[in-house]
Amino acid sequence: MSLDPQALFAILAMMGATYLTRVAGFLLPARLDLSPRMQAAFEAIPAAVLVAVIAPSLLATGWRETLASLIAALAATRLPLIGVVLVGVAAIVALRQF
Amino acid sequence: MTVTAPSRTRAAVEFRDGARDILPPLVAAIPIGLVYGAICAAKGMSVLEAALASALVFAGGAQFAATELWASPPPVLALALSTLLINARHVLMGASLKRKARFGAATPFVVFWMADENWALAERRAATRPVTLAYWLGMAAPFYVNWIAWTVVGAGAGALLGDPARFGADFAFTALFIGLVAGFWKGRSTGVTVAAAGVTAALVYRTLGSPWHVLGGAFAGMVAAAATTRGGVR
Repeated sequence: MSLDPQALFAILAMMGATYLTRVAGFLLPARLDLSPRMQAAFEAIPAAVLVAVIAPSLLATGWRETLASLIAALAATRLPLIGVVLVGVAAIVALRQF
Repeated sequence: MTVTAPSRTRAAVEFRDGARDILPPLVAAIPIGLVYGAICAAKGMSVLEAALASALVFAGGAQFAATELWASPPPVLALALSTLLINARHVLMGASLKRKARFGAATPFVVFWMADENWALAERRAATRPVTLAYWLGMAAPFYVNWIAWTVVGAGAGALLGDPARFGADFAFTALFIGLVAGFWKGRSTGVTVAAAGVTAALVYRTLGSPWHVLGGAFAGMVAAAATTRGGVR
């Protein structure tokens, strides 16, 4: 096992950048007086962030990924989280046979 | 520090709740950690370096992007900048979670473990009760150890694993996130948010490229939610 000093330095730089983003939101003023519109924008953050992260796979990879995503979304209306993952993975494996 | 018996019991229950809730993301992270480790090995990183990246950065998306940029010697500035961009979503996530979390003086330390998955589950928990430190650590501890452990296995096993796409492992992350989004569904307004965020992120991904799609999509979803809300009615 080797640890290259330059690699360690790069990893530490990535750690610093990531920590900054993690703590920054918590450093914003505690009580923001939000208008209803701002409130709606804030409440939309969880779904908006998660969808944005997976959008390349959902919509910009291929029809198989898009279809498997739809199947996973259908599963999500019935199944707990782990079931959604299993159905999604099974769907993509099956679709990739074509 | 003295902890009274009732509060210790409550904390234990909260910790167990966290450990139980994180189980699905934990399982979904197994193939992702394996693949990450294997890519690190292919890029010439040692097992120790891959393990350190998972332990110190602990942000899957940024870690994968870094393997794309990785070279010998590593381009530190480009790596830091790419990491900053990809993880900029954490600022929004933290600003949202701050209003619900009860971490007290431990906040600057425990925010280190904020990842998409445990953050999403904390947001879900916040709908019914405050997010306590014990609950947060109950999610973070197993998820963190799991991520590092499978990175090490992946880096060690390396090429033996073969193409992850054959097992659909590359899709586990997408399916997990779909399940998490479903947990936030509150009717039409969520549909508008999801459509705006998804379409915008896909377009930005195709034009400007990664990692800009994350910020672009997230902001589009927020703007769409704000634009379609009826003033005063919540």
